[in-house]
Amino acid sequence: MKSMPSCKEVTRLVSEGLDRRLDFGERVALRVHFMMCKGCRNFEDQMQRLRQAIQELSHGEDEHPA
Amino acid sequence: MTDLRPEQADFRAQLERQRPYLLRFAALQLRDPNAAEDAVQETLLAALAGEAKFAGRSNLRTWLTGILKHKIVDSIRRAAREPSAGAEPENDADFDQLFRANGHWQERPEAWQEPQGALEQKQFLGVLEQCLARLPAKTARVFMLREHMGLDTGEICKELRITPTHCWVLLYRARMALRLCLDERWFGRGRDKAARTR
Repeated sequence: MKSMPSCKEVTRLVSEGLDRRLDFGERVALRVHFMMCKGCRNFEDQMQRLRQAIQELSHGEDEHPA
Repeated sequence: MTDLRPEQADFRAQLERQRPYLLRFAALQLRDPNAAEDAVQETLLAALAGEAKFAGRSNLRTWLTGILKHKIVDSIRRAAREPSAGAEPENDADFDQLFRANGHWQERPEAWQEPQGALEQKQFLGVLEQCLARLPAKTARVFMLREHMGLDTGEICKELRITPTHCWVLLYRARMALRLCLDERWFGRGRDKAARTR
């Protein structure tokens, strides 16, 4: 990543970061961006919450596994 | 079926108690109730035949879920070989409208509040399922293979014969669409009502 990523590019990186290991430059670019951008920090948190919620979908039905 | 020894009958009863959980697990991935039934049935039969392999393992559900995941992948692979598969029009959702020309947010994402209590959590998961049902089939399949079944993108690419890049694009679209749907149908409820009733 040559220049600073925009919010739009950050959303792609955040998503790909859930599926592959980002390279060093990508990770630095994200960290710097998050420091300045509340919207993208919220987006990142939302992606983590989405991942957790999918995990809970199949477990929600019964609280007492046999 | 021939008569079962008492301990076999007991094992079968234990398997039956896991059926509802397994059905739910399979249906979340397959979307097709018949295919989900078949995968669960094959799983329980394989488990009954392979009881010896279970001996000594601590958690029956975990063991069964492992078998079921293989059956689900088999089912997806079989469906992919049918001629109609792949003909599905790709809904090329574009999220450009969420951003200004310079790539900044049109509308900055707001923090999501935690659901309060078990009931609200259950309602939230219900809304999430509705949002999943609105995704295009292929996008949903890839997303659930990744997030529900826990496959890595390499495995998904191999099973569905798509490139890693295509896989990441589909996962991105799924997440963006689900985020918007949840924001609209759940998290946005109490927020800026005035702005939305214009």
